[in-house]
Amino acid sequence: MDTDTITAISTPLGEGAIAIVRLSGPDAISIADHLFEGKKLEKQTSHTMHYGKIIDPETEEAAEEVMVSLMRGPKTFTREDIVEINCHGGLVSVNRVLEIVLSQGARLAEPGEFTKRAFLNGRIDLSQAEAVMDLIRAKTDRAMNVALKQMDGRLSKLIQSLRQQLLETLAHVEVNIDYPEYDDVEEMSHQMMEEKTKEVLQEVQKLLQTSQQGKILREGLATAIIGRPNVGKSSLMNALVHENKAIVTEVPGTTRDVIEEYVNVRGVPLRLVDTAGIRETEDIVERIGVEKSRQVLTEADLILLVLNYGDELTAEDEKLFEAVEDLDVVVIVNKTDLPEKLDMERVRELARDHSLITTSLIKEEGIDELEQAIADVFFEGELDAGDMTYVSNVRHIQLLKQAKRSLEEALNGMEMGMPIDVVQIDVTRTWEILGEIVGDTVHESLIDQLFSQFCLGK
Amino acid sequence: MTYDAGRYDVIVIGAGHAGCEAALASAKRGAKTLMLTLNLDLVAFMPCNPSIGGPAKGVVVREIDALGGIMGKIIDKTHIQMRMLNTGKGPAVRALRAQADKPLYIQEMKDTLENQENLTLRQGMVERLIVEDGEVKGVETETKAAYYAKSVIVTTGTFMRGKVIIGDLEYESGPNNQRPTISLSEHLEELGVEMVRFKTGTPMRVNSHTVDYSKTEIQPGDDVPRAFSYETTEFIMDQIPCWLTYTNEYTHKIIDENLGLSPMYSGMIKGTGPRYCPSIEDKVVRFHDKPRHQIFLEPEGRNTEEVYVQGLSTSLPEFIQKKMLETVPGLEKAEIMRAGYAIEYDSVVPTQLWPTLELKNIKGLFTAGQINGTSGYEEAAAQGIMSGINAAALATDVDPLILDRSQAYIGVLIDDLVTKGTNEPYRLLTSRAEFRLMLRHDNADLRLTEIGYRIGMISDERYEKFQEKKRLIDEEKKRLEGIILKPDEQVQKIVEQAGGTPLKEAVRASDLLKRPEMTYEMIETLTPADKELPEDVKEQVEIQTKYSGYIAKALQQIERMKKMEDKKIPENIDYDAIHGIATEARDKLKEVRPLSVGQASRISGVNPSDVSILLVYIEQGKIAKVSNE
Repeated sequence: MDTDTITAISTPLGEGAIAIVRLSGPDAISIADHLFEGKKLEKQTSHTMHYGKIIDPETEEAAEEVMVSLMRGPKTFTREDIVEINCHGGLVSVNRVLEIVLSQGARLAEPGEFTKRAFLNGRIDLSQAEAVMDLIRAKTDRAMNVALKQMDGRLSKLIQSLRQQLLETLAHVEVNIDYPEYDDVEEMSHQMMEEKTKEVLQEVQKLLQTSQQGKILREGLATAIIGRPNVGKSSLMNALVHENKAIVTEVPGTTRDVIEEYVNVRGVPLRLVDTAGIRETEDIVERIGVEKSRQVLTEADLILLVLNYGDELTAEDEKLFEAVEDLDVVVIVNKTDLPEKLDMERVRELARDHSLITTSLIKEEGIDELEQAIADVFFEGELDAGDMTYVSNVRHIQLLKQAKRSLEEALNGMEMGMPIDVVQIDVTRTWEILGEIVGDTVHESLIDQLFSQFCLGK
Repeated sequence: MTYDAGRYDVIVIGAGHAGCEAALASAKRGAKTLMLTLNLDLVAFMPCNPSIGGPAKGVVVREIDALGGIMGKIIDKTHIQMRMLNTGKGPAVRALRAQADKPLYIQEMKDTLENQENLTLRQGMVERLIVEDGEVKGVETETKAAYYAKSVIVTTGTFMRGKVIIGDLEYESGPNNQRPTISLSEHLEELGVEMVRFKTGTPMRVNSHTVDYSKTEIQPGDDVPRAFSYETTEFIMDQIPCWLTYTNEYTHKIIDENLGLSPMYSGMIKGTGPRYCPSIEDKVVRFHDKPRHQIFLEPEGRNTEEVYVQGLSTSLPEFIQKKMLETVPGLEKAEIMRAGYAIEYDSVVPTQLWPTLELKNIKGLFTAGQINGTSGYEEAAAQGIMSGINAAALATDVDPLILDRSQAYIGVLIDDLVTKGTNEPYRLLTSRAEFRLMLRHDNADLRLTEIGYRIGMISDERYEKFQEKKRLIDEEKKRLEGIILKPDEQVQKIVEQAGGTPLKEAVRASDLLKRPEMTYEMIETLTPADKELPEDVKEQVEIQTKYSGYIAKALQQIERMKKMEDKKIPENIDYDAIHGIATEARDKLKEVRPLSVGQASRISGVNPSDVSILLVYIEQGKIAKVSNE
């Protein structure tokens, strides 16, 4: 059954100098050749490594500087052709490479699928079979949980509603086909179908642009550092930037300042929001007023709220807590090198479920804990080094992209004047793909829809 | 005590649409076949609507014909009108439907059965099966005759513990007041066969002389010759129309006011009815806002005045039925000849069957048709022919035949039944087929004639004709691919006349045909074939060329499906021994006992991770075997 080419990030998510995107399958080498600017891999001998760049075929931009290992089957882990792309560590770059690989026809590997292939192709012996099954079961269950939990309710509802719209359209087409003499339903016209398809396509495109997961993966976790003047916001930022290499991406037209806003904390990309503002005025709240700052804050994915250990808690501090009430917050009590003046009990009360870290940035204390706390927020505290959070994000994006393609094909078919019942093939496909996102592709629901929507029968 | 009444290869119980196809297929395959029926005057009787075909169902009739079955041939000889439906849509959903002459259909079928070699026809009520050690050996009738056979096919339709209900009247009966089959149903239960109670219904028939057709709309047949069978050469052109009228608020008011008298709503009927064929009371209750419902008036034959009132299926009391008719334009004075009624019956839970339609727990015993929870003559006939083919195969020790979902609607139907089961009478719908574009009305012969020939049900003569057709299609497709049309005056004129944009450069004739506005006929005027091709060849060239992109996509999907179908599950697999499968999936797998990983993946409750584990387990067995050798 497994004759397609699969891919996934094979290194654990987290801080690391390199990360590896692995491809396995009959098209592994040809796919790699499509996006690799360097030697033609097809012509290289097996088990060799090559330097080059990954090019995004859509934009023709260089995405990443990489080393590529070429291993032809059967002397590989899966006994299939394998290509491993070694890129810089950190979520942003490796994810970009993975997305490009996926866009060139590889399929995202299911949990444990490399191991499964290794087994099915006889690479792993019998004694390991049980372990493989455990792996599939455990990982799939977790993947499902993570996928479901991760998907915020709004996204899930939106996708369900898109599916319902498609389903109603499909039921309409079906009724025209199965009950041609039923005069109560008007014939689904190209125009109606086109309208529906375009509506759904628009929503899918919007989702692709704005989906929270996608945004974080593409742009990093939008992070705002807030606090009264002189609590150590600049030191915090410097500490983060110095501790962690700033991610250098070749984004044309961006200034050095902007580039420096990206930092990589334990594999989590942070995009520091309005850093310049912090630098200039030292106080975002003061500068733009509480109302305005609230708005900035709600756009952030993560808030780093900094307090001064050596100063008393002020009304302003309390206001900050209020402003970030429903957001993901890490509370940082800085300057523990000073004598305690801060009412820590009150701070704990205000911090509620948020993590509370004490640091002395001057003495470089507490930075490890802080980084762990940031990583925890991203992984929702549930997952350690598991790659599933990450994968299910990409999976959703990938499925949405497929849905988009298949809607475009439907529109294309309509433009060409294909009959509705032929165009419908692509619409049905879209409905199934969206179903995969929310974990529901039961075909019977079309028939149920048919009979609940229309009064049929003879 | 019983007496030994004879030995056969295959015994078919019942002579409805399933039984007739089963017996003929079995006999055609060379198996000595006995057919037992309650009433020899009612073979292939249509107890409900007088029509055959329609979307999905019409394709099935053609598939049956391509396999060497009979339904298409008989209806071609006995219809009062025929129509092609969905002509305004794509080729995949076109469908032929015929209005049948019911009495004539019976006569023709009986004649065919009587003249079939290897087939014995006998009237009799089967009371029990002879089963030894989980294997069927024969049947016993109420007249104490014991017939012995290697395979037995039960096709008793809605007769098993049948109960007719009209208002508060109920009595044990098969359809149309025939004797019900009571003891056989009880006997099957004793043998451990799980049964479920279903319900269906039929409308009243009225006397044509009492209908005022001037208040209705005429529904004529097509005025071009049509046929289901690929072998039909004589066409009936003298057709009889049907008529269309509507219910209205007065009709609905009568139904509303008398719902309490409906056995459906009083709780008297417990069986599950089909959603796609609801009674008029169901329609009015569930879709209360609809101001009217269609009613088609369909003559039941040329030599009868009975008219079937399609759309008014009901189990309300007779006097309410009369009141309803009085409100319908054209039927105000209609005289009821037979009242509408509901019928409840036992049917076999179909997940107990292998895809050959043989029961998993009783070797040699097959069930086919409405007894398996389906509805419709065509669905019954489809199972009939497959059960006949496979019962004969078992009796004569040759390989069984299982059609898959990409080969035929018949494959979809049987796979759905044995894999998913059904919780209402099952009807084929085009939406049930994932490869609808491949399962077309026009290509049933291309899909299945080869198979029909291989199993000995297609004559040499027909097969040669079929080969010739295939050759002509391929040659013509190839020819069009090789011809380059320059954008000269003639070409541009034809393109423009068809409403297309003029050509900018020379194109292949096949590519020009791919344009939606172009037909084969137009291409033909630009580049005629060496000699005039038959219409059905032209049709295939056009369809196969025009939709080649979509067909290629479908073929890829089929390829992927086939890979899963090819992963066979050993029959003796122990699901309890597989570590890691979810409990629900394990129970379902044990019940359905799928033959392939593909079939397993279609069972509801079996998730992709379960399928993965199953796959790994099966491969593990294979590896173990290899390493032991």
